Amino acid sequence: MNPFDYERATDAAGAVAAVAGNPRAMFLAGGTNLVDHLKLGVSAPELLVDVSRLPLDEVRELPDGGIRVGAAVRNSDLAAHPLVRERFPVLAQALLAGASGQLRNVATTGGNLLQRTRCPYFQDVTTPCNKRLPGAGCSAIGGHHRDAAILGASQQCVATHPSDMAVAMVALDAVVRVQGEDGERTIPVAEFHRLPGEEPERDTVLRHGELITAVDLPGAAPRSAYRKVRERATYAFALVSVAAVVGLDGGAVREARIALGGVAHKPWRAVRAEEALRGAVAGDDAFREAAEAELATASPLTGNAFKVPMARNALVAVLRQLTGGTR
Amino acid sequence: MEITWTVDGELFVLAVEPRVTVLDALREYLGVVSVKKGCDHGQCGACTALVDGRRVLTCLSLAVQCDGAEITTAEGLGEHPIARAFVEHDGFQCGYCTPGQVCSAVGMLDEAAQGWPSHVTEDVAADVDGLGDDEIRERMGGNLCRCGAYVNIVAAIREVAEQRPAHAARRTGEGAR
Repeated sequence: MNPFDYERATDAAGAVAAVAGNPRAMFLAGGTNLVDHLKLGVSAPELLVDVSRLPLDEVRELPDGGIRVGAAVRNSDLAAHPLVRERFPVLAQALLAGASGQLRNVATTGGNLLQRTRCPYFQDVTTPCNKRLPGAGCSAIGGHHRDAAILGASQQCVATHPSDMAVAMVALDAVVRVQGEDGERTIPVAEFHRLPGEEPERDTVLRHGELITAVDLPGAAPRSAYRKVRERATYAFALVSVAAVVGLDGGAVREARIALGGVAHKPWRAVRAEEALRGAVAGDDAFREAAEAELATASPLTGNAFKVPMARNALVAVLRQLTGGTR
Repeated sequence: MEITWTVDGELFVLAVEPRVTVLDALREYLGVVSVKKGCDHGQCGACTALVDGRRVLTCLSLAVQCDGAEITTAEGLGEHPIARAFVEHDGFQCGYCTPGQVCSAVGMLDEAAQGWPSHVTEDVAADVDGLGDDEIRERMGGNLCRCGAYVNIVAAIREVAEQRPAHAARRTGEGAR
């Protein structure tokens, strides 16, 4: 691990100033991903600004029935929070599907959004990777890409975003609150992460020195669920995951908000599927059509073509579960 | 940097570089070798300890970040019922993963006692009441054993779980000291 300096921030403005003032500075929260990257040589900052003790560790109720989650709230505390479990079961389920008990006890809400891909070539500094070293090339396209993207990828990068939590937050229309040198701004989680395009090294739309302070979850979504498909029963990243929030009108789908995980460089909002479902009679035919509509634009590689039917089936299963059908 | 820790009930002041992990500081600076270095990348759970009452991976925590922390390792748990149950049920073979398994089990029982749900809990809105084998397996999923002592580990944890009334213990309560 390269040596670096360490500072513990006492307030958000000071943390922002410290990182913004040094192009080789980074924020450190739980560190469950960053410390690993320091060991692997994927990240070599000059300065780490520790934001884990900032007073951003509260879950507060908002007037519309939603909640504001501080950026330093631990994943385990968020998953166990009564308001999350009652009003946003999809979020509790997604958090509990991620990582292990030990990691959830340390990982934070803000850090989870900023965790980086587990593409093996990104993590192995001896191999070319455009995300780690722009212009180096992509080893995954012609190599091992079982976990790679099937939607929205580019010739530069086929990496997937690894978060479960963020997939649920996209389906919940959550909004990220960030603080920068010029003040605060809000970014919908759905627009927070980027597709790779020509700049796969940029995971998010954040500017250097901008600090996540909270995530707002509007309203409530009691009829919601998360389903994760992975290669072992626990403690593995998603091959494919589905987060869905459904509103019913008798036997018809009034609204559906759907996001897919494990399929793209960002949590993938399934707008085509949502559109196909609006007003449709709830049932397998409509669910399958909606899934097909979304996945029509998929362009898998040879080693991950299985993700297309897997995503379709997982989506149909979640919609069935949420509309009272049989599994 | 100078940091202060309480490790297994004993107070320490130590000087560490920012890049030193909690795991390395425990083993190399303080000689607490019950925390094991397995994968050193957060994948095996052998380095699990209780930091301020919560089970965490010491290989992914920087020592400077945990300044002021109270750390309990398997050594400090001593004659904890979980440690005894592991012996009674032969919940280990080579024993290398055992300290991490024991700390993880103690942390996990406290989480369950607070009613925390898990990935296999049917209804996340309901409090967990009692731990079946599926719950134990899921909650211990972050600890790997290469020998495959899992069956006996589950039996050991179940025995202790059944002895405790639900919601009786708080996070930093019995066992964490």
